[in-house]
Amino acid sequence: MKLTVNGQVGDFECQTAFQIRDLVGQENGIIILNGYQIEEDYPLAENDIITIIPKGVMPKQDELESMMMARHTPHVHERLKKGKVAIAGLGGLGSNIAVMLARSGVGQLLLVDFDLVEPSNLNRQSYYISHLGMPKTIALKKQIEQINPFILVEVKTTRVTEENVVELFSGYDIICEAFDKAREKAMLVNTVLEKLPDVKIVAASGLAGYDSSNLIQTKKVMKNLYICGDFINEAKIGRGLMAPRVHICAGHQANMVLRLLLGIEDV
Amino acid sequence: MLFLLFTEGSGLMKVNGKVIPLEESKSLQDFLLEKNYDLRLIAVELNGKVVPKSAYKDVMLNNEDKLEIVSFVGGG
Repeated sequence: MKLTVNGQVGDFECQTAFQIRDLVGQENGIIILNGYQIEEDYPLAENDIITIIPKGVMPKQDELESMMMARHTPHVHERLKKGKVAIAGLGGLGSNIAVMLARSGVGQLLLVDFDLVEPSNLNRQSYYISHLGMPKTIALKKQIEQINPFILVEVKTTRVTEENVVELFSGYDIICEAFDKAREKAMLVNTVLEKLPDVKIVAASGLAGYDSSNLIQTKKVMKNLYICGDFINEAKIGRGLMAPRVHICAGHQANMVLRLLLGIEDV
Repeated sequence: MLFLLFTEGSGLMKVNGKVIPLEESKSLQDFLLEKNYDLRLIAVELNGKVVPKSAYKDVMLNNEDKLEIVSFVGGG
């Protein structure tokens, strides 16, 4: 029957997952069938996707990508691989969105930020001590190369202004608004809605402090505009930004991006 | 049928899904300022189309209009 084994489509006589594992010659390898890791043998069906991963060895380059994506729901990766997503602002939201989209295998990412990594970023942003002083664009690109080397990452180390929005973001399907300042959020959203009418924007508003996680939501507020957050809790003197709520909101944004890339417009 | 058309035609202005009757014709900008919006922090969609900031002064609101206003707070 026709199966995809470690990323290669072929015709196999095997009837069960264990038979494939033995055929591949990895008796102790883990078995992932259609996105789910199985422990017991399972009958195979036409067009199943099965990945056998040996532990403790570096896989061959041509098998690595299929192994990395083996836990995805079948056929999701092919669609995400075609996605082009821009991330405006690489702070608590943007750096974590970028990492999640890279792990998901979104094929092309544009990372935009003007700033350098400094110590107060580390309580919520995806950077390490070794990145202090580096441009956020470069520090994040280096991480992504270690997380998923199979995607294209473009960086622009510059401040986003009303004047350069079209030049910076043209050619991308979706823009994640991930700025810190409310005025910059509004500037980007307004400019994109006005000047890039075919682009969807996934923005954030209200994620500071440590109020209930469950207040953070995704809402579709306009035809091309989604906003994630609690819409209320702004960062201000006396109310800080903490990793959990920032990550929850970044997760909302990243999931909405995946949904849009998979053709789902509902929140 | 005529009656139905008439009632639909005399709808009241909706702002973020809530009915807000407009007592007199006014510009979008005057309406937003009256409702205490900070014009630098918002995006506005009128009847499904985004309104550029530069047009807030000139766009006149009418009953039947559907207005979506989003206001951003900081943090990221």
